[in-house]
Amino acid sequence: MEREMALKIVVSCVRDALEQTGTSGGEITEETVIVGPDAVIDSIGVVSLIVDIEQRVEMDHGVSITLASERAMSQRSSPFRNVGVLTDHVCTTIEEEGKAA
Amino acid sequence: MLITGTRKGIGRYLAENYARRGFIVEGCSRGEADWEAPNYTHHCVDVSNERQVKSMISDVAKRNGRIDVVLNNAAVASMNHVLLTPAKASNRMLEVNVTGTMLVCRDAAKVMMRRRYGRIVNFTTIVAPIALAGEAVYAASKSAVVTFTRILAYELAQWGITCNSFGATPIMTDMIRGVPQDKIDAVVNGLAIKRLGTPEDCCNVCDFFINPASDNITGQVIYLGGVT
Repeated sequence: MEREMALKIVVSCVRDALEQTGTSGGEITEETVIVGPDAVIDSIGVVSLIVDIEQRVEMDHGVSITLASERAMSQRSSPFRNVGVLTDHVCTTIEEEGKAA
Repeated sequence: MLITGTRKGIGRYLAENYARRGFIVEGCSRGEADWEAPNYTHHCVDVSNERQVKSMISDVAKRNGRIDVVLNNAAVASMNHVLLTPAKASNRMLEVNVTGTMLVCRDAAKVMMRRRYGRIVNFTTIVAPIALAGEAVYAASKSAVVTFTRILAYELAQWGITCNSFGATPIMTDMIRGVPQDKIDAVVNGLAIKRLGTPEDCCNVCDFFINPASDNITGQVIYLGGVT
């Protein structure tokens, strides 16, 4: 999947997550923080967001991925920490799933 | 509805029963099922295999658009004195009974979240609370299932998903066919209600837990026969 497409999905899912918490508004950029003290959503919101992205990728592009993989969860810095990093992680995961399939 | 361990025993009974009652039932076991029923689809899946579980849940979700109910019945048991229990047998019980339950719950819950509705019933056993000698690892794995389910109930409640456990008394299935009769009699005689369990008993408890009206029942464990 092109990075641009992955970014669209991530941004759209973050927007949905914000809307669900009633805190929508403001621009979502690659720097928007998802995990950490300045995060725009809470920890449960992150869980919903990750599941939402997985399902959006599967429904729209037919690729079944698990973003909370062992490799991802053992990284020193969270691959979910901001929109840009999460987008890169989505692309990497899709690539890895493709190789493993 | 997804039921694991449907090739035989309680799982098969539940799958046939719910399919007959009009539920769309998806079931799985490691091997092919030698039975068929209208409304029933079988998957060959080892529940301890992450990739296989993910693929099955994805397929079920694609074809049905939803999963409302999961009955985690699949389990393996190896009845041995702990001094005679190989590590491989112990690991296998933990893989199937604990990790397998977790994987099916995890991936099914992701589908249930979409509709903010779900009913999960994880099967445990009375041999854990009665501390039955000869079943140390099996009982430990099922105790883990109860604890896992209690915490899962808290983690999934906000999406309308209830999670409960059910522990049957001995039922005459392949799982206990090798157990000496005097051992089974001793267990039954220790119960408040002194009889073997039946598949109908299991179905009755599942009916209660999966009822849409049971939306305020979660994190609970029900044992048959008076065991607490």
